[in-house]
Amino acid sequence: MSSIRRRALGVALGVVALAAVASAPVAAWEPTKPIQFIVPAGTGGGADQMARFIQGVVSKHKLTKEPIIVVNESGGAGAQGFLDVKGAKGDPNTIIITLSNLFTTPLATGAPFNWKDFTPVAMLALDEFVLWVNSSEPYKTPTEYINAVKAKPNTFKMGGTGSKQEDQIITAEIEQQTGAKFIYIPLKGGGDVAVQLVGNHINSSVNNPIEAVAQWRAGSLRPLCVFDSKRMDYPAKVTQTTSWHDIPTCKESGLDVEYLMLRGIFMPGGVSQDQVNFYIDLLKKVRETPEWKDFTEKAAFNQSFMTGPEFVKWLTDAETKHKSLMEKAGFLAKK
Amino acid sequence: MQDLAYLFHGFAVVLTPFNFGLMLLGIVLGVIIGVLPGLGAANGIAILLPLTFTMPPTSAIIMLSCIYWGALFGGAIASILFNIPGEPWSVATTFDGYPLAQQGRAGEALTTSFTSSFVGAFFAVVMITFLAPIIARFALRFGPAEYFSVYLLTFCSFVGMGKGSPAKILASMMIGFALSTVGIDIVTGQLRMTFGLVSLLKGFDFLIAVIGLFGIGEILLSMEEGLAFSGATARINPKVVLETWKKLPRYWLTFLRSTVIGIWMGVTPGGATPASFMSYGAAKKFSKDGDKFGTGVVEGLVAPETAAHAAGTSALLPMITLGIPGSPTAAVLLGGLLIWGLQPGPLLFQEKPDFVWGLIASMYLGNVVGLAVVLSLVPAFAAILRIPFAIIAPVIVVICAIGAYTVNNSMHDIWFMLGFGVVGYVFKKLNYPMAPLVLALVLGNAAESSFRQAMLSSQGSLGILFSNGLVGGITTLALVMLFWPLISKGLRGVLPSRAPKTPAEQPVD
Repeated sequence: MSSIRRRALGVALGVVALAAVASAPVAAWEPTKPIQFIVPAGTGGGADQMARFIQGVVSKHKLTKEPIIVVNESGGAGAQGFLDVKGAKGDPNTIIITLSNLFTTPLATGAPFNWKDFTPVAMLALDEFVLWVNSSEPYKTPTEYINAVKAKPNTFKMGGTGSKQEDQIITAEIEQQTGAKFIYIPLKGGGDVAVQLVGNHINSSVNNPIEAVAQWRAGSLRPLCVFDSKRMDYPAKVTQTTSWHDIPTCKESGLDVEYLMLRGIFMPGGVSQDQVNFYIDLLKKVRETPEWKDFTEKAAFNQSFMTGPEFVKWLTDAETKHKSLMEKAGFLAKK
Repeated sequence: MQDLAYLFHGFAVVLTPFNFGLMLLGIVLGVIIGVLPGLGAANGIAILLPLTFTMPPTSAIIMLSCIYWGALFGGAIASILFNIPGEPWSVATTFDGYPLAQQGRAGEALTTSFTSSFVGAFFAVVMITFLAPIIARFALRFGPAEYFSVYLLTFCSFVGMGKGSPAKILASMMIGFALSTVGIDIVTGQLRMTFGLVSLLKGFDFLIAVIGLFGIGEILLSMEEGLAFSGATARINPKVVLETWKKLPRYWLTFLRSTVIGIWMGVTPGGATPASFMSYGAAKKFSKDGDKFGTGVVEGLVAPETAAHAAGTSALLPMITLGIPGSPTAAVLLGGLLIWGLQPGPLLFQEKPDFVWGLIASMYLGNVVGLAVVLSLVPAFAAILRIPFAIIAPVIVVICAIGAYTVNNSMHDIWFMLGFGVVGYVFKKLNYPMAPLVLALVLGNAAESSFRQAMLSSQGSLGILFSNGLVGGITTLALVMLFWPLISKGLRGVLPSRAPKTPAEQPVD
């Protein structure tokens, strides 16, 4: 009996010791005042939704001692928020969520910042883009559609969010790949784009899944292909007959264009690795909650998660890609 | 009549003690948010959104939408008492509301505005209840050209409402347009008029201009005129509500017209702000007291408030049925739906009837409760004007500064607000109207981008503004409104028998 008890005690002690070791790096640094979570976009958009979702999950599961406060700084296509974080050098209580404007805003407007001014924390997910047409149109594949566009250059209207941002860059990439010519109509937000497409005011869009899914399920829109290297991971039926996984990639349907939008978290420059680790750890915990699984499935995100050198390499490649695409399309700010 | 059955089920959902408590809480929070300039319903709801994660979605939307109703009611309070619009759609409320308060009729003005808000909202909800699918399809017909024609109509129905010289109105409007171009240009993605200054990147937010022009400008004027509010003599009359109600039914036509304008602008989605301006302009044109507008006419208060509330309410319709927000606040609520695991869109009515009808029922009850709450406070609000100027003025300046800061979390905005205050003072002294500047600033950007989007899709042909019955009709209506003084003169020439003629318009100022 006693030996069993002793062994049990030993195991218990071991567990305690292990727990202490495991939790030691977490205790190394913790925010000492409320965490300012900057969104370089307006309220209600994709980045804002994600930031407020994270805020809600963190407070529901009590993952931090200090509260998170979401602050929208959307001025100048997000430049306002990025420049503020750039100016907050060394402040470990500030984080920022990025969208593609991390690359596109400085390139298109000449606003003085670059992702290297910030400390990359983690890639949370990648947002997919899908080529959509109105379901009353005859086109079933991207090739059919592109051929129709090619036959009548400068008559087909591609609607997208903003100007010289992700949607127009994808459009430019399609044009560069295929020689088709669209009229690009910059609209205010993703929901706007979907509704303009349903109302037949534009011919196609490259909406994110979440922006168009409601109209797809109602039978008003048809997805042609997804701009990713592999099909989306979600096999559950979204409409009566089709799942996200059933949508072919553009590449397999003969349109060799790939684009994914970063949903990542950054800190200001000049912070310590301990401080970065705190946030990496926090984001990992957020990703393990059931709410996150539900949220990403609804939005059909590409669930890649990256930190450290792997993430830096991804960022370097993405910047090069944006630069070359935007240069070819003539989107760069005049010096 | 299955809808009615659902609606009554919705009432049952809302009337549980928990939901009813949340509703009251939301209304009170909303009124406070509406009174404080700058904070705004959209920000208020965004801040509270994460708190709702632990609630059932129906309870959450009831609370958040009640904040919205409360803010719609509350926006009128500061506009009437201090000439400071707490929300963009309250700007037109100041035109006749503030003069009324200055005449010592603050209680009457507040009652009128709350009641008008209620009427507008109520009819909008009735419309949502019975006509949602039809109206939603109508909204789909609006492309860039249609949007532009709506903005054109707003501008045109507004022209001529400022008193004094047309040249001054034009100058004021052009300054507004120029200010609205500062910042990022959505069509080209380029920065404009920022002169390389980081503080100008975000442009001039309309609220900051309004807080400065109206709020700070008014305080500067009051300081010059002897450190007192003209409304301080107001008698506090507990029966003011009933006495005002007796007078209101005679404005039924204004109520009706403003409700229609409001519902239309809320659905399309022009939103509450253009609705209030357009409705004010139309009421001025069609009223027989039109030339007295701006001096404290009750009808001039009925029109914008009814339209703003009808628009604010019906703005939720495209959000539920199409998944597009009709207003910034609806955009935040839309985010909330996604976070709660609901999918707004055409199928929401079928998939989550509990949620949708709970929301609609809460619109009915929220507005009734909201009206009761704000009306019971009318004497208290009116009494604020009796506080000595020396005490209340610094408080107002501080609240204005906080409001200006909140809009973008930027210190620069407080300086801009003070600058606009000086501009407002100079405008008043030189008899320049401020309303055209405000209108151009708030709608300039939207009008410009929809015009350029339309020109992109038509490849530069103006014919697109007449390309179908809908857009052609609105454009024609706008032109008729613009040239109405000439047209009515012409008609009078053709039909000379119609006596007695209205007296020629006199400049009032």
